[in-house]
Amino acid sequence: MHLAELNAAHLRAPIDSAELAEFVALLEPINALADRSPGFVWRMKESEDDPTATIRHDYGDHLLINFSVWEDRDSLWDFVYRSRHLELLRRRREWFHRVMEPYAVMWWVPEGTLPSLAEGMARLERLKAEGPGPEAFTFKDFYDSSEAASLPAAAEARK
Amino acid sequence: MTEDDLDALALLQDPVRRSLYEVVAGRGGEVGRQEAAEAAGVSRTLAGHHLDKLVEAGLLESGFRRPERGGPGSGRPAKVYRRAPGERSVSVPPRDYVTLAAVLAGVVDEVGAEERAERAARAEGERLGRQGRGRTVEEVLRERGYEPYGEAGGLRMRNCPFHVLSGEHPLLVCSMNLALCQGLLDGLGDDPGRARLDPRPGECCVALSKTNEH
Repeated sequence: MHLAELNAAHLRAPIDSAELAEFVALLEPINALADRSPGFVWRMKESEDDPTATIRHDYGDHLLINFSVWEDRDSLWDFVYRSRHLELLRRRREWFHRVMEPYAVMWWVPEGTLPSLAEGMARLERLKAEGPGPEAFTFKDFYDSSEAASLPAAAEARK
Repeated sequence: MTEDDLDALALLQDPVRRSLYEVVAGRGGEVGRQEAAEAAGVSRTLAGHHLDKLVEAGLLESGFRRPERGGPGSGRPAKVYRRAPGERSVSVPPRDYVTLAAVLAGVVDEVGAEERAERAARAEGERLGRQGRGRTVEEVLRERGYEPYGEAGGLRMRNCPFHVLSGEHPLLVCSMNLALCQGLLDGLGDDPGRARLDPRPGECCVALSKTNEH
């Protein structure tokens, strides 16, 4: 099983505004770092040519969505917290609002399959509504793939 | 405190084991029997015996490294040792500061007081730095458990003294750690700008650049 992760950050200002310019400039090096990180499998891209293009979606313009798949927990953890990505996270308040509800979710996907954005957003909603479980969880309340696989409900991705 | 922790730490009282443990921990990676034996100044057989005792107690981990040259006649894979990831602590009488610190870190997250926590860490670092005046940055960091080592003219740190907490609240703990290190440099009369975030898997998130360079 592979680990899918989606996060939806709440932008302080439109993505093409001056306030976000510094963040947008960091997208290319950070995405390049993700792409060559050990254990990286896939990430959703809006464009193959423009590395600063963010995912276009119908969930509200204030949401900046990141969506990727990793081989396991440690590879995702090492990219998020043990690489230059940490500095970006540390500055998150310059670009994103603080939100009280969960804005990031993880779940297990069978190797070789790519989850859809709709599924990811449904998992995030599930996390918000029901709290962490094997079908939608976080680093803090993490579920192993074996725990997820043993639940029949987990196989039925809620679209 | 568990019996296991006490037994494991008691093993380190033997000077040979202690120096073998320090050799392996200090390399930050895999160390072969021969290399460990030479560094500790004992025979390979004696080193092997004690290294295996440290593995049994869970202080080290062992594995096998394939010989450099492959193919027939290149010999058996060599046994190698590295420090085990878990931590051991013994307190008499029992104390538990980690649970309370984790609860407090959760509260800081909840109320969004990260910046205040960083300011407090910076002030604490300055205080510790002033206490350490007269000693080098490296000495003070070593004393605080960071296990510094030189790289590219600067200092990196092999150990995160806040490891368990940084697993639960990585962003808060790494930010506070950076502020603490900056304060420490300031208190020592050094340039706080030398400390920056440069995390790597399995190491401390902070690195110090060369003196007077950013």
